[in-house]
Amino acid sequence: MPRFNSLKMVKEIEILTADDAELMRISREGTLSLSLNEMQTIQTHFGTLGRNPTDVEIETIAQTWSEHCVHKTFKSTILYSEEGKAPEQIEGLFPTFIQRATEEIAKPWCVSVFSDNAGIIEFDEQFNLVFKVETHNHPSAIEPYGGAGTGIGGVIRDSLGTGLGAKPILNTDVFCFGMPDTPYAQLPKGTLHPKRVFKGVVAGVRDYGNRMGIPTANGAILFDARYTANPLVFCGNVGLIPRNRCEKSVEPGDLVVAIGGQTGRDGIHGATFSSAELDDTSESLGSVVQIGNPIMEKKIVDALLQARDQNLYRSITDCGAGGFSSAVGEMGEEIGAEVHLERVSLKYEGLAPWEIWLSEAQERMVIAVPPENLDELMEICAAEVVEATVLGTFTDTHRLQVFYEGTIVADLEMEFLHHGLPMPVKEAVWEPPKHPDMASRDGETENYTHDLKQLLASPNIASKESVIRQYDHGVQGGMVINPLVGVENDGPSDACVTTPVLGSRKGVIVANGINPRYSDVDPYLSAAAAIDEALRNVVAVGGTLEKTALLDNFCWGNPDKPDRLGELVRAARACYDIATAYGTPFISGKDSLYNEYRDTTTGEQRAIPSTLLISAICVMPDIQNAVTMDVKTPGNFIYVVGNTYAELGGSHYFNIHGFVGNTAPAIRPSEGKLTMERLSAAINSGWVRSCHDCSEGGIGVAAAEMAFAGGYGMSLRLDAVPTGEHIDADDFLLFSESNSRFLVEIEPQHQHTYENHMAGIPFGCLGTVSDTPEFVIKGKTGRSIIETSIHTLKSAWQDF
Amino acid sequence: MEPKALILRTAGTNCDAETDMAFQLAGAETALVHIQHLISDKVNLADYQILAIPGGFSYGDDIAAGILLAVEMKHKLTDALHRFVEEGKLIIGICNGFQVLVRTGLLPGNGASEMRQRATLAMNTSAKFECRWVDLETQESPCVFTKGVKTRVYLPVAHAEGRFTAPAKVLSELEANNQVVFRYAENRYPNNPNGSDSDIAGICDATGKIFGLMPHPERFLTKWNHPRWTRNPTNTQKIGSEEGDGLVIFKNAVHYAESNLL
Repeated sequence: MPRFNSLKMVKEIEILTADDAELMRISREGTLSLSLNEMQTIQTHFGTLGRNPTDVEIETIAQTWSEHCVHKTFKSTILYSEEGKAPEQIEGLFPTFIQRATEEIAKPWCVSVFSDNAGIIEFDEQFNLVFKVETHNHPSAIEPYGGAGTGIGGVIRDSLGTGLGAKPILNTDVFCFGMPDTPYAQLPKGTLHPKRVFKGVVAGVRDYGNRMGIPTANGAILFDARYTANPLVFCGNVGLIPRNRCEKSVEPGDLVVAIGGQTGRDGIHGATFSSAELDDTSESLGSVVQIGNPIMEKKIVDALLQARDQNLYRSITDCGAGGFSSAVGEMGEEIGAEVHLERVSLKYEGLAPWEIWLSEAQERMVIAVPPENLDELMEICAAEVVEATVLGTFTDTHRLQVFYEGTIVADLEMEFLHHGLPMPVKEAVWEPPKHPDMASRDGETENYTHDLKQLLASPNIASKESVIRQYDHGVQGGMVINPLVGVENDGPSDACVTTPVLGSRKGVIVANGINPRYSDVDPYLSAAAAIDEALRNVVAVGGTLEKTALLDNFCWGNPDKPDRLGELVRAARACYDIATAYGTPFISGKDSLYNEYRDTTTGEQRAIPSTLLISAICVMPDIQNAVTMDVKTPGNFIYVVGNTYAELGGSHYFNIHGFVGNTAPAIRPSEGKLTMERLSAAINSGWVRSCHDCSEGGIGVAAAEMAFAGGYGMSLRLDAVPTGEHIDADDFLLFSESNSRFLVEIEPQHQHTYENHMAGIPFGCLGTVSDTPEFVIKGKTGRSIIETSIHTLKSAWQDF
Repeated sequence: MEPKALILRTAGTNCDAETDMAFQLAGAETALVHIQHLISDKVNLADYQILAIPGGFSYGDDIAAGILLAVEMKHKLTDALHRFVEEGKLIIGICNGFQVLVRTGLLPGNGASEMRQRATLAMNTSAKFECRWVDLETQESPCVFTKGVKTRVYLPVAHAEGRFTAPAKVLSELEANNQVVFRYAENRYPNNPNGSDSDIAGICDATGKIFGLMPHPERFLTKWNHPRWTRNPTNTQKIGSEEGDGLVIFKNAVHYAESNLL
């Protein structure tokens, strides 16, 4: 068989004779993002083979071993130390804190966790649900529209590549940007202005999701100056899959078939690029960002779901990071595969074999097709006008063999490719930070109306309606709780609810929780609060903990730095503690590390706040029991449920006064669990007319949002707020962000039933819904501390 | 025998499943058919009494919304389409489907034989995609789809190119022939979400058998689709009809087809 050196388009990479410096030069200049230890391992491996690797081979290894694909940080051994505690050795954050939580919770309705492209849970007799959230941060920093669009495109393909393929039914998107009012002069070199990033990202997600015909009905947008150089773009997708299509397998002899778009140079090195820090020259790396075509992806969905229902293929995965190299490499991991690159349908001529093999051109899927089914598959693809190409065959050689025009250009053992990666041992330290604390302003002010308005108008809390209305949230016809609710359809819903099977009243709730500000105090509390918030949002619309699953998405700075990694350890530990306490398993997750920016001239280094997004999905037996957050009827009672503590560290109230503080909301999961379970039961019994969780801005903001969304005022008293510790300060009662709290609206006729039902849970009746627009809150001593109208509050909230 | 409704699909169609559900609930036998199957004669349009062109982004709305599918229908389904119209069968185009019907010239229509575009659906005056529920006023018209529909209907829109506009002559003809079927109930943004001339949300041809509208009646098939259903005081008692206000449009079509086209 002719070897690669007969081909001009394939290069031999001279590593056998290379010293350490040369090995690192090869890694750096090739955007391989391989460490010295990894380069040495490759050198040793090829040393025993007595030859150098080809460019195709070393690129394949770099992709497969990248942080993006293999999640080294979450699997490696960590030596963790914390002030005043014995050092600890953690054998992998993922197995120790995430996977173990799910195993111990052992929900029978978890169908597939962590093994496929998305997690799978049971839905009804006929269908299961798949759910995955991904990030597309680095591409969105450089090219917001393309980066975000292909972010959503990529996560949709994750659903389509799960089991034998799920129909995408819902998108969720969470973005973190720099402050929209950042002066241009303060922009880090080579970065785009946050407003430009914001606009481009929203447009990218809008155009991709709307064209695919998938409702985008849940999300959040956060702002913090530290996201300026490293914006975060989380894209999630829920899919619906028949119960008997959730398993995949590959047999030797099955054909490797590529379906969808053509292959070009776009997106080469995406996986390795995202496994490194950005710097002020990253914007010139145009080719690492992919180009999206949502109509192509829609055609693939249309064709593949027909082929799935006719059982024409045995396995499927998407071409994401690493392109064909990852897709075929993963599918053939247990048996082997042979691929002929000249068969790949190209956008244009001139691609070197390694470029074809690694291209992250979008809208491509790979399926394993038994040869006898090929004709039928081709017929479906022809009818849907989708290109399908047989690239090769799955084999029993346990090797990944890549050919170009009859010449072998890569010949790798699957064992080395998938298990040869040396796992690093990393160091992590955690030292609690100290911030200046802020005292209550009760002495200096009589009235908190201005503070409340300022909170409502702050970018993190203010209405996101102008964005939400650009997303089609009604397509597919199943939406029953919209992202915007209330008398004028403009109040902020806690979660969305949809009925993916038309004609059925069984619903799916999707919600999220994210609190990067608390990371400044303690990433453990930030992670715990994110879980609590996601669950509160589920419960607030009528869901139950019992039927809720979680996803974790960590966006962090450089994990090679011990302090950043220490924060990651804290957050991961919270995931285990809180998920097990609430009994809500993780079914999938993802991490995006190296979210740092380096100015190559000044050497200045910036990291994002440690950010954990928790996404929650809950199956709701009957959507008739759903409630929304807008108040419904004057005369109804407003209750607060759950204890308030003086916990304002990382709160929005401290933030508007320029403080971080040191007491972030603690998590009391046994209290929280009982509160949520009891409240779920009350809602599902029909005793609750509206419900809203207390999160950013505490009771004050939650009450204001409920009132103006419903179009009625409120008259409330803070002396009825149940507290877990003695609090006199009105501002602390009003704006503390303690976990596991809700405001609920109860009709007088249900008051006694409701109170009896909630016995044992801290609650207090704060007052009533008014039939006027007046919004009044009296402080602990009985004086008015808020006196305004819902119109004033609403316009502050909408003036963003 | 049940009337048969063909739900037309092509690359980028995305409201086909709910449109299909609407016709099923209305009592039709339905088929989701890719336009390639009509072009290749694998499926015969003549076997159906109702043609529905659902919402979506046919061919990505490249060039302009609906134009490529309109050209394809005019040139590759010429005879079948002419016969369908001449036999007085029903056609409904929703959102992207309305854009297609306007670009084929089937709406506002000028008799069955001539297909010439006389109006357009332009970019919204807000210059962006608008997803919101709007109040519609039902007009006196020959439209068979809206017989007995309430004078005021609440339906969602979701489009970027929905501003109906036409030369003054065409507009006055539409008014004179009562071809305006739905108007946005208030002459201002956002209830008129796109800035349409004369607040036009939907029109029919002179016979009332071809109907196009920007709002999505297929997204309001049950009461739980209404954006404020949780505010309904009867909600807690779990009483009242479960049917959404959009369904009647599909039922009218099926009833008409049952009585006149079978």
